[in-house]
Amino acid sequence: MSTALLLVQTLNGLQLGILLFLIAAGLTLVFGVMDFINLAHGVQYMIGAYLAAMFCAWTGSFWAGIALTLPAALAFGLLLEVLVFRHLYGRDHLDQVLATLGLIIFLNQAVKTVWGAAPLSVPMPDLLSGSIALMDGLLYPVYRIALIGVGLATAGVLYLLINCTRVGMLVRAGATNAPMVSALGVDIGRLFMIVFGFGAMLAGFAGAMVAPILSVEPGMGDNLLILTFVVIVIGGIGSIRGAFVAALMVGLIDTLGRAFGPQLLRLVLAPAAASQTGRSLAPMLIYILMAAVLFYRPSGLFPVKQ
Amino acid sequence: MKRCVHVVAAMAAIMLSASAAGAQEKLKIGLIVTLSGPSAVLGGQARDGFNLAVKTLGGKLGGVDTEVIVVDDELKPDVAVTKVKGLIDRDQVNFVVGPIFSNVLQAIHKPVTDSNAILISPNAGTSNFAGKQCNSNFFVTSYQNDQVHAVLGKYAQDKGFKRVFLMAPNYQAGKDALAGFKSMFKGDVVEEVYTPLGQLDFSAELAKIAAAKPDAFFTFMPGGMGVNLVKQYRQAGLVNIPFLSAFTTDESTLPAQKDDAVGFLAGSNWAPNTDNPQNKAFVAAYEATYNAVPGTFAMQAYDAALLIDSALKATGGKTSDREVLKAALKKADFQSLRGKFKFGVNQYPVQDFFLVRAAKRADGKYQTEIVEKVFTDAVDPYAAECTMK
Repeated sequence: MSTALLLVQTLNGLQLGILLFLIAAGLTLVFGVMDFINLAHGVQYMIGAYLAAMFCAWTGSFWAGIALTLPAALAFGLLLEVLVFRHLYGRDHLDQVLATLGLIIFLNQAVKTVWGAAPLSVPMPDLLSGSIALMDGLLYPVYRIALIGVGLATAGVLYLLINCTRVGMLVRAGATNAPMVSALGVDIGRLFMIVFGFGAMLAGFAGAMVAPILSVEPGMGDNLLILTFVVIVIGGIGSIRGAFVAALMVGLIDTLGRAFGPQLLRLVLAPAAASQTGRSLAPMLIYILMAAVLFYRPSGLFPVKQ
Repeated sequence: MKRCVHVVAAMAAIMLSASAAGAQEKLKIGLIVTLSGPSAVLGGQARDGFNLAVKTLGGKLGGVDTEVIVVDDELKPDVAVTKVKGLIDRDQVNFVVGPIFSNVLQAIHKPVTDSNAILISPNAGTSNFAGKQCNSNFFVTSYQNDQVHAVLGKYAQDKGFKRVFLMAPNYQAGKDALAGFKSMFKGDVVEEVYTPLGQLDFSAELAKIAAAKPDAFFTFMPGGMGVNLVKQYRQAGLVNIPFLSAFTTDESTLPAQKDDAVGFLAGSNWAPNTDNPQNKAFVAAYEATYNAVPGTFAMQAYDAALLIDSALKATGGKTSDREVLKAALKKADFQSLRGKFKFGVNQYPVQDFFLVRAAKRADGKYQTEIVEKVFTDAVDPYAAECTMK
């Protein structure tokens, strides 16, 4: 196990973590502030990727495509809010789960009808298509490094928004006690809409950012959604800071576990058994982490004070 | 009252004649493939290939008017069983053509072969039904699953690769794929990596490959997983390590992989540029109708339709005598798009296999092209266990 390989795998883990954070940020706000379980959040990630694929093909430019995707993802999120979610805020969690699950099925099929079932791809922008040799024989794409940078920048902006602006204050207040915020004369419906639209835009942004390295296909958000829920549960529901820390933890543990788990086990087990166990254990690691966190801190690492 | 009687009589007469017309030896074929989920594109190709054959033959197979009933198995074995029972009991189909995936085949095999219908698989070809559980009501127009992987194993062996890195999703077909490869490859397997099914980011595995520096890399990553792997493999600068795969760079994924896959090697029983007149006509017609390059899924479904056509011609359009029909099917007296085609004892094909390479055509579309023949008249390794006469 060389240091170069460790470095590369750490970068890979960071990158997965950042991606998870972009999606989890919106989800944790929606869940925390509105007490609303939105299973369709992963679908918004998918929609972002599809919009990016479409706009990039139309304009022929990655940057223009991304620039168009952001408002389109926001508009789509708001449209869903008005059409569907708004009617579910007062309902109990089961209704929300059923309705948003239905939305997943509907939108997955809709995407297939509009864009076809075959995976699409987005060409990588020329500016970021180079790569750096981080270790012998492996080139690390500049795009992935850019992805980490963009994710960290987004996290920074979010931190400022939440902690230093009036809307951010209201969001924090809403996460703690929504009825009280409403009683103080804040239009909670509008606040919800802003939070929701922003969350959808972040998820869409994440989808657009990964489109050049992953294939754009129906159902691409479904697997990620589960990981995202793990992240917000570990981080503490409603906490952006918690989502950030938990996303990086999940990303790193998942990647490093997959990469080095079998090698580490080989120290104590026979090679065949080690690779077999490592293979089954690696995907479980993050769930073991979640169970451990829930055992010691039932409301997550950074619980929102009630 | 009298008038009423007349009306009723007239209606009865109409209905009788209508049902008589309906019963007039119309051939019904149930096509069960995966049309939803990420793998829908594979089922779509099979459906289009089959429909194209029926259309090319003037809506008739073996001179009999043919109705094709398409159902979606949703890649769920339980759903597939329900739907296939509907095809058999309600629609009374004469043939069931499908499915794409092996796990669905395991589920629908018994319900169909126990019924009056004949099952023809245009893609899935599991080892159990090729060997001990072979069944005279079951025909395969594709291959036995292991064979495609064995093509790459043989190629790696012949090419003198010493150290090979293997990777597949962690499920039955993935394990079979690596076993198929290893059945022909005698060199050193540096590492076997199994990834969770549906994994989309392979950066951790790619770093391992780079660290291991193998002579070649073999993988089986169907659908979107393959699209991602190929793009990331190229981005990671690993292209100087030969990329061998099965069902990873084919006509279903090349439209998304584009230039990233060009030059990557795979195994197949056919490619769109297979040189024979019937195949040229098929590829041209398919592209004109569906605006996509056909893959093996379309080709094998097309051949399944030709197979039914040939058998019905031999029986004079009758499906009533099953033994005669099955004997006619077994002759495989049709011009396969891949050229040579015949059935072995287990009613799986005996055919040639080729190494194919992904390439960009002059018109900007992508397809696989034949590089060299690897196996001639290959019989699958399980056929010997089949006791069918």
